[in-house]
Amino acid sequence: MTSPKDDSSSTNPQAPQPVNQLANQPTSQNEWPLWEVFIRGQHGMSHRHFGSLHAANAEMAIKNARDVYTRRNEGVSIWVVQANDITASSPSDKGPLYEPAEDKVYRHPSFYKIPDDIGAM
Amino acid sequence: MTASTENALFQCLLRLGDNTLILGHRLGEWCGHAPALEEDIALANTALDLMGQTRHWLTLAGTIEGQGRSEDDLAMLRDVWDFRNVLLVEQPNRDYGHTLMRQYLFDHYHLLMLHGLCDSSDSRLADIAAKSVKEVTYHAERSAELVIALGDGTEESHRRMQDALDRLFPFVGEMFETDAIDETMAQSGIAPLPSSLRPAFDTQLDQVLAEATLSKPTDDFAHQGGRTGSRHSEHLGHLLSSMQWLQRAYPGAQW
Repeated sequence: MTSPKDDSSSTNPQAPQPVNQLANQPTSQNEWPLWEVFIRGQHGMSHRHFGSLHAANAEMAIKNARDVYTRRNEGVSIWVVQANDITASSPSDKGPLYEPAEDKVYRHPSFYKIPDDIGAM
Repeated sequence: MTASTENALFQCLLRLGDNTLILGHRLGEWCGHAPALEEDIALANTALDLMGQTRHWLTLAGTIEGQGRSEDDLAMLRDVWDFRNVLLVEQPNRDYGHTLMRQYLFDHYHLLMLHGLCDSSDSRLADIAAKSVKEVTYHAERSAELVIALGDGTEESHRRMQDALDRLFPFVGEMFETDAIDETMAQSGIAPLPSSLRPAFDTQLDQVLAEATLSKPTDDFAHQGGRTGSRHSEHLGHLLSSMQWLQRAYPGAQW
């Protein structure tokens, strides 16, 4: 066979100019943004958090999630959301947010006698 | 089935199985080295899909040949001149752009071929094709998206994808070359004529290249000799020496 072509055609002035799509992402130029992955399993009713990965855009994040997290038939549906878009509660607010619920045992439905003929609930 | 049809079918199955075997091995070479963890896993998945398809094609080839050769015998104990893969799939990985461009060019030919084989008059081929076509539909979608993203990406990614296209385009023509074996397969309704797949391939290629802002080379010269085995590139020998060394050094070794 003949030798491979030389790389001389890369300076073709007719070639359309590339649009810098990937550089529009709000992270450093060399790193894809982080996405959180939620997957609904075969018998699951809701999507559950599975992990996170990097991808240039949402479509690629779905494909990467398919390849990284559903190789063993784990899922029937995938959601991805960019990690930056998640608003999380602050760990330092733990006291005011959660502690008031600790001494309110009457909010648990554990004071009822369940009649025997109801069976397992 | 006459003896000559049977021999043509054997050759046809080697072509199918050797394409997926050699490309699967090439993709496996990236394992642990791909530019991103996510790409590494995705590429390994594709390689495993191709290896699974190889097992079906080569097992059936061994059955048709009737000499008692297994899938492993065919994969591990043949030398360069007995391989029937197209030259495109034995081309080295070079950079990631070359790997993805090679994948895109092969995936789209592969998908068209498998769609044709789903209607094969031989149900054994139709069954393998029906299973493979789902896997390859995903491969083709993924590789097209990446060619577009990188072609229409940064200045550097665009340059690398154009280089890859310029280097690999001369290997496209061979996939659609039609010889006496293909004629026999088409007449028996076993496999589509490769040349009949070219128009659909070209339409799709033009669309993807336009979106990727890449220019198709104007020279339609095509390297030949892979699918007949008459003139493989030197790259195949190196690939086989790494792929086959264990069976060559320890004949019959199992795990």
